[in-house]
Parts: sequence; C-alpha cells; structure tokens
Amino acid sequence: MADILFYVFSAVALGSAILMVTRKNPVASLLYMVATLASIAGIYVLFEAHFLAAVQIIVYAGAIMVLFLFVIMLLNLGHDYRDDLKRGAGAILAFIVAGSTAGVLARQFRGAEASPLYDYFRGAETIDALLAEKGAVGAIAQPLFTDYVVAFELTGILLLVAVVGALALAKRRV
Amino acid sequence: MLTEALVVSAVLFVIGTFGVLIRRNAIIMFLCIELQLNAVNLSFVALSRYLGIDGQVFVFFVMTVAAAEAAVGLAIIISIFRHYETVNVDNFNLLKW
Repeated sequence: MADILFYVFSAVALGSAILMVTRKNPVASLLYMVATLASIAGIYVLFEAHFLAAVQIIVYAGAIMVLFLFVIMLLNLGHDYRDDLKRGAGAILAFIVAGSTAGVLARQFRGAEASPLYDYFRGAETIDALLAEKGAVGAIAQPLFTDYVVAFELTGILLLVAVVGALALAKRRV
Repeated sequence: MLTEALVVSAVLFVIGTFGVLIRRNAIIMFLCIELQLNAVNLSFVALSRYLGIDGQVFVFFVMTVAAAEAAVGLAIIISIFRHYETVNVDNFNLLKW
C-alpha cells in the first residue's frame, strides 16, 4: 500500500514539476508547484516525517506560494501568455547544464550499495521507536532545542533581518 | 523505497535546474529554485528514516531559510519591476559583459 502511494505521489510530483517549468502563464505554473509541494508532503508522510509534512503544507504551500501568487497578482502578470522560454545559445546551455547535472547525479547511484554511508544506517526501527516514545513533534523538538539551539536562535534573527530587508526593499521611496 | 525517493529527488532537482536556466520570467526562475530546495529536502527526509532524526531538523532549517529568501527575493523583484516595468530577465543587463 505504502509503495503504491509512494509511486502515485512521485508521479504527481514529477508530472506537475515538468508542467510547472513549461507552462507560460505564471499563475498556472504556480498552481502546479502547489501540487508538487503537496505530493512531496505526501511522500514525507510515507517516510514518517509527519511534522514536516504539516509544515510543508502550512508554510510552503500555504504561506510561501501565497506570497508568490500575491506578487504575481500585484504586478499584474497573470495575463501574460507570452512564450518566455529561452532560445538559441541560452537553451543549449540549459540543456547542457541540466544534462550534466543529471549525469553527475545518476553516477551516484551506480555502485551505491557499496557506499560507506550504509555503515551508519540504523534501520527504520530506531526512528519508529523514537517517534512512538516522543511523538512526531517531540522527536524533532528535542534535538532542535538542545543540540541545534544556537542555529535555532540564529534562524529567528535571520527571519527578523528578512522581514526588515523585505520592507526596506519593497516600500516606495518617501 | 529509499533509492526510489533519492531518484525522485534527483529528477526534481534536475527539473529545477533546467527551469532556472530556460525561463526568462524572474518569478518562475525563483519558483524553480524553491523546487530545487524541495528536492534536497526530500532526500534529507528519506535518509533521515535510516540515519536519525537530525535530517528532519535540517529540513526544518532549510524551510525557514527558504521562507526568508522568498520574502527578500520577491521584494527585490517588486523593486526591479517598479524600475523596468517587467520581470523578464533579458531586460536586466546592467552587469552583462
């Protein structure tokens, strides 16, 4: 069952990602992106990352995508159906770079079974026991507020800087 | 399921890379960068199932940074649009060699 769901979510994610890149209308692109994000959230659930799945829907599909949609509407780009794919040298460069990225990534899968990373694998039971003991939120919150507390506080400062910066950039000169 | 998830993550990343390079609309390019971030998040989550919960903490941080980046980036796009009346990157050639 989980496998079937995984393939369904993956197919939706990949299909809407391709449509997102190729649609001319920015609003259509954005809505396909929301579909991609929602199916990635579904895959998160299959990997027992329930908290992140909820955050993915609330923050990504909810807040960030609405911000994008707001900007598209504000700049009145919703009626823009012009073809904005690059042609000529730009397109060839895009194919070369994307193709070589694909090649580099594909090479990582060859002989991956012998990767030293597998020596560190603990098996899914360890995580399942942790999740059963602390719950989906507690399991993340515990390292977040102990081992990663400095990074967590810095993230708060980063968000403050981003809010101030966004306001300073976007407001009209008075 | 792990290998399949990593393959999906790699393909999503390549689609994102391709989108950044092939589109001219600055907002869509930005959206493709978000797709790349999500592809990496997916492999973090898939590996965290076997390597410990820290991967999920990393994804949490990546999401926060993505939110901050979206706010600042869209503000920059708005102020560029005020100046040039377009978000087509071909028109922003001040630094072009």
